[in-house]
Amino acid sequence: MARFLLSRLGLTILMLAGLVLITFVISNVAPADPAALAAGPDATRDMVETVRKEYGLDRPLPEQFVRYVGGLLAGNFGRSVATGHMVAEDLARFFPATFELVSVSMTLAILLGVPLGMLAAVRRNHWLDHATRVIAVSGVALPAFWFGLLLQLLFAVQLGLVPTSGRLEVGTPPPPVLTNMYLVDALVAGQLDTFWDAFGHAVLPAIVLAFPCLASIIRVNRAEMIEVLGSDYVLAARAHGVARARVVGVLALRNAMLPTVALIGLRYGWMLGGTVLVETVFDWPGIGLYAVSSAIAADFKPIMGVTLLVGLNFMFANLLVDLAYAGLDPRLRTAP
Amino acid sequence: MSLLEVVDYSLAFDGFEGTHQVLDAIDLAVDVGETVGLVGETGCGKSVLAKSLLKLNDIPPARILSGSIRFDGRDLLALDETALRAIRGGGIAMIFQDPMTFLNPVFSIGDQMAEVIRARDRADNRKRGARDVRAAAAALLAAVRLPDAAALLDRYPHELSGGMRQRVLIAMALAGHARLLVADEPTTALDVTIQSQVLALLADLVAAQGLTLLLISHDLGVIGALCRRIVVMYAGTIVEDAPAAQLFDRPLHPYTQGLLAAVPDIGRPERRLAGIPGSIPNLLAPPAGCRFHPRCPLAIERCRRERPALRRIAAGQRVACHLAEPV
Repeated sequence: MARFLLSRLGLTILMLAGLVLITFVISNVAPADPAALAAGPDATRDMVETVRKEYGLDRPLPEQFVRYVGGLLAGNFGRSVATGHMVAEDLARFFPATFELVSVSMTLAILLGVPLGMLAAVRRNHWLDHATRVIAVSGVALPAFWFGLLLQLLFAVQLGLVPTSGRLEVGTPPPPVLTNMYLVDALVAGQLDTFWDAFGHAVLPAIVLAFPCLASIIRVNRAEMIEVLGSDYVLAARAHGVARARVVGVLALRNAMLPTVALIGLRYGWMLGGTVLVETVFDWPGIGLYAVSSAIAADFKPIMGVTLLVGLNFMFANLLVDLAYAGLDPRLRTAP
Repeated sequence: MSLLEVVDYSLAFDGFEGTHQVLDAIDLAVDVGETVGLVGETGCGKSVLAKSLLKLNDIPPARILSGSIRFDGRDLLALDETALRAIRGGGIAMIFQDPMTFLNPVFSIGDQMAEVIRARDRADNRKRGARDVRAAAAALLAAVRLPDAAALLDRYPHELSGGMRQRVLIAMALAGHARLLVADEPTTALDVTIQSQVLALLADLVAAQGLTLLLISHDLGVIGALCRRIVVMYAGTIVEDAPAAQLFDRPLHPYTQGLLAAVPDIGRPERRLAGIPGSIPNLLAPPAGCRFHPRCPLAIERCRRERPALRRIAAGQRVACHLAEPV
């Protein structure tokens, strides 16, 4: 197992190096001139050159790359030319908000999706199966911006059950900064009121974000479960008198979870990079909004920072998936 | 008294193309301590019949058309799931064909054995600690002559050979001290040398534990090695039922005669193997009358119209053929 982990970690570092190189190259072949953009529309040629020197953009590309990588190793993602902020500080502020939202969504999708998929498989062609199919199809079909607005209208405006947008009620001070994930920080500081406030704000965007993911988890888990329930070893367990609940919930589920776990890993990465619509609708100050505003300003350092951070998380999620796979399936417990 | 009694049992499967009449009026009684072989071609309904004994055919698509199955005096078809669980593994135990697919690939041998042992304990209203369950599992593995049983408990199915896996499956079947052992093609997927070892093991277990055995196979050699009585199935019907020696010496049904003629004889290499012309009928629309008549060299007009009943022709020998004469 230790060898397996080491080889996976080695692969992850290699992929990360590749990602750094690719983001750097892409940001430098893009036609926009960051120095000109930073200096503003009315800047003279001299002013643009000054800015170029200040940000080190006049150096040869290999040198810029070495500097950039050196900075990354020291935790320095560079400075935004549009705002002058350090990118690392921006990321530390915006990323936890997205991470928090995605984590709540993912938990929701897994906790609902796996049992619903199982249920649909066991009660195949029963009305329960048809009901989950409706959830699954609409989860894939409903666009997030429209579904989000609808939920806001119903639950926030009409029923007043939850707030419409933001991370906290206006006037509520954020909890003491630790991780910048308000749910975690509020719990650590023991501020339960703030926790429930933040939780209420997270519910609607988390549901909207979780919906498509929930849909695919249900469908994949159902299909796998149906296949596993038809397998010989399930028949054998039944023939030996093992109770149906044990057969389905333990013996079959572990087999059926394998593709579902892989799906969860992929979906997790997709969610981290795809929150911008939800963040816009719910005014959630996360990494998606930050990435889009940086892209509009052709501000490359933040874009590269976001790409690296999301990429890193994606790789980490897939590392976890690989480990979970090996934990679930003994046939995979050998180093590749 | 018969331990197992199947009377006029008919089962169909509803599919997209129509209804497959898989079992037709099966009559079969097995006494305590008997070793009965069930032989027939692939697709003749042997395995479906075996699964029926534990109500393992899912309904739907399966549909019971008629008949009853009694085990130890109890009507199995009337039992609910909970009562059935006591019979499954506890009264009737099953060994399956392919050891590759009948073990769960993601659980260790010990975990799978423990699952079965716990299921038996639950049916018997008994509780045991994990250590005792593990010891019981190791004892079962030792009983099927697997060396180093304790170490084997922590291994996974993919780390075992086919013969070892089949022994593990047999050990599982022994967990509940069932009186009737149903073995569905237990050696078909194994190498010939392993096959004979597993057959010897089964023979010893049956003798040592006084088990009643229903052995299902398409291989007359396997059946002849283990069974004192042989039941021949064709296209969902029983065509002949006789003591093994009697059946080999004097088969009365034309299908049995064809089967025996198709067995190679190593002592007479010059003999040409005789096949049975034609192929098994489509069970969506089985032939009227005798289901074997389209392939039967002796078929007469009556065979096309009238289904032959399974009649007692000689001592212990039943045949479903209009042409069989009492001897």
